Amino acid sequence: MIGGLVALKIDPALMKQLGHGRQTVLVTGTNGKSTTTRMTAAALETIDSVVTQADGANMDAGIVAALATDLRAPLAAIEVDELHTPHVADALDPRAIVLLNLTRDQLDRVGEINMIERKLREGLKRHPDAVIVANCDDVLVTSAAYDNPNVVWVAAGAGWANDSVSCPRTGEPIVREGDHWYSTGSDFARPTPDWWVDDENLYGPDGLVLPLKLTLPGRANRGNAAQAVAAAVALGADPAKAVAAASVVEEVAGRYKTVQVGPHSVHMLLAKNPAGWQEALSMIDPTVDGLVIAVNGQVPDGEDLSWLWDVRFEHFEGVQVVAAGERGTDLAVRLTYAGVEHTLVPDPLKAIASCPPGRVEVLANYTAFRDLNTAIARRAAHV
Amino acid sequence: MSESTVRIGLVLPDVMGTYGDGGNALVLRQRLRMRGHNAEIVEIGLNDPVPESLDLYTLGGAEDAAQRLATRHLQRYPGLQRAAERGAPVLAICAAIQVLGHWYETSSGERVDGVGILDATTSPQQTRAIGEIVIRPTLSGLTQPLTGFENHRGGTTLGSDATGLGRVDRGVGNGVGDGLEGAVQGSVIGTYLHGPVLARNPELADHLLMRALGVDSLPPLDLPEVDLLRQERLRA
Repeated sequence: MIGGLVALKIDPALMKQLGHGRQTVLVTGTNGKSTTTRMTAAALETIDSVVTQADGANMDAGIVAALATDLRAPLAAIEVDELHTPHVADALDPRAIVLLNLTRDQLDRVGEINMIERKLREGLKRHPDAVIVANCDDVLVTSAAYDNPNVVWVAAGAGWANDSVSCPRTGEPIVREGDHWYSTGSDFARPTPDWWVDDENLYGPDGLVLPLKLTLPGRANRGNAAQAVAAAVALGADPAKAVAAASVVEEVAGRYKTVQVGPHSVHMLLAKNPAGWQEALSMIDPTVDGLVIAVNGQVPDGEDLSWLWDVRFEHFEGVQVVAAGERGTDLAVRLTYAGVEHTLVPDPLKAIASCPPGRVEVLANYTAFRDLNTAIARRAAHV
Repeated sequence: MSESTVRIGLVLPDVMGTYGDGGNALVLRQRLRMRGHNAEIVEIGLNDPVPESLDLYTLGGAEDAAQRLATRHLQRYPGLQRAAERGAPVLAICAAIQVLGHWYETSSGERVDGVGILDATTSPQQTRAIGEIVIRPTLSGLTQPLTGFENHRGGTTLGSDATGLGRVDRGVGNGVGDGLEGAVQGSVIGTYLHGPVLARNPELADHLLMRALGVDSLPPLDLPEVDLLRQERLRA
């Protein structure tokens, strides 16, 4: 990261130079960026060598650092923060841009989601040659991509429709009928997908059907895989090889990994915003011996934790739940009013230790996840 | 215990649900159930007329476009206004203050007519007010400071028929220089406090419930985590 920052100060045109001559895929959206970038990189590796971020650092410095890791790799899979996407696209002139989803992030920092959609839409217009791989189940993503001439639509799922009840183009209500949606104010409506998934398969253009068995859990990751494969195919990858490569991705910057902490086998899930939380909660194994939910409210997390009340916690019958983190009390009150029995142990390591021996799922937001990873590593070094 | 069911209206959560404010209805329902009352939340969406027969109503914050849809819907189906007229408690958060006022100006400077049950008008301020806020309530019956998280650009000016919910100790509040936060008129209580406000301030929750039930007191609830949360947030 430091290297990236220094490099950018030295030469602001460096990103453009580092991108020159490469075929680049950009990946952006509120949730699933790191995972989809990892899957895209894996799928592109079936064509040739690829540079990508190892750490999810998705602003200018992190992108420059990633591009500099291998100057000869002809392909790049680059995760980009939503608001950075327009100028990064201008610098890197990508072959494809993957748009995953747009939902509320930290309300107190980023501002309103409709503004982000408009900025993305304006930025994409400058890249009519790029293939936009867009999730047509997401109203805001669809709006951002709708005017581009070269869009591959993927039905990647919309777990969180709360942020798109009104049309981003007219302000009129969006009507949903099953998978379909349309605006009542104009002819803006869900495009017919080129790619889609169900519980068994990935479906693509020209009758393509490929079995899709991912190592990573959850419905959202099946959608992420579909978009990663569609992007790699747009760059010339063989669909079956791309699917096979995306399917074996098993850990993304420490997420989804399982670590042993004393008598506990700890499975780590990260969620950064309401949509991500709802998705992650659906990945929780109901047969585990304990569930630790750790919440901080530092600046990178967003200091307003009101969103905890937009997440449904009401389905943890029979699992021991521990509220943890610097804002564990906010969570404990949320769980109290949800009728979820729980204890409050602010230190996440102690919260894990308080669970019965066996398998523990840990769900944490950004800094809570980061700090717990550090604490687990430090503990392991001392054991 | 009451045989009948207390019905809590959650008004337009599909458009006025941006900041977790739906939690206010949940807190009200649970505080009734914990005391042995039957209680349910009635969600009133954009496809439903607004009933006037519910026992109390809550509305949450929204973004510009959604706020406009909500305003139009409430004008078309004036159940909320009729309920407020007969004295049903209404809790209006953030953008809902603006919707229930005479008019509000959008961020692009357009003036939109509101529902008009609060003597208040709202215009954008120079900067967005974001952060923890503490107010000293001036509403009769409230003794404890109120804690919340504010996140709004609107500045609200009260007319003579409305009073503030309290005076700002820390934070911005209505943001027009009078040191006030919120708007109270009859049975309508408006505030910029998210959190949700009733999760952090049980005294305000019970104040609304006592009005809805027509009683002067409620048995206390022993919820130590709520007390702890108040201590933490008032210190923050």
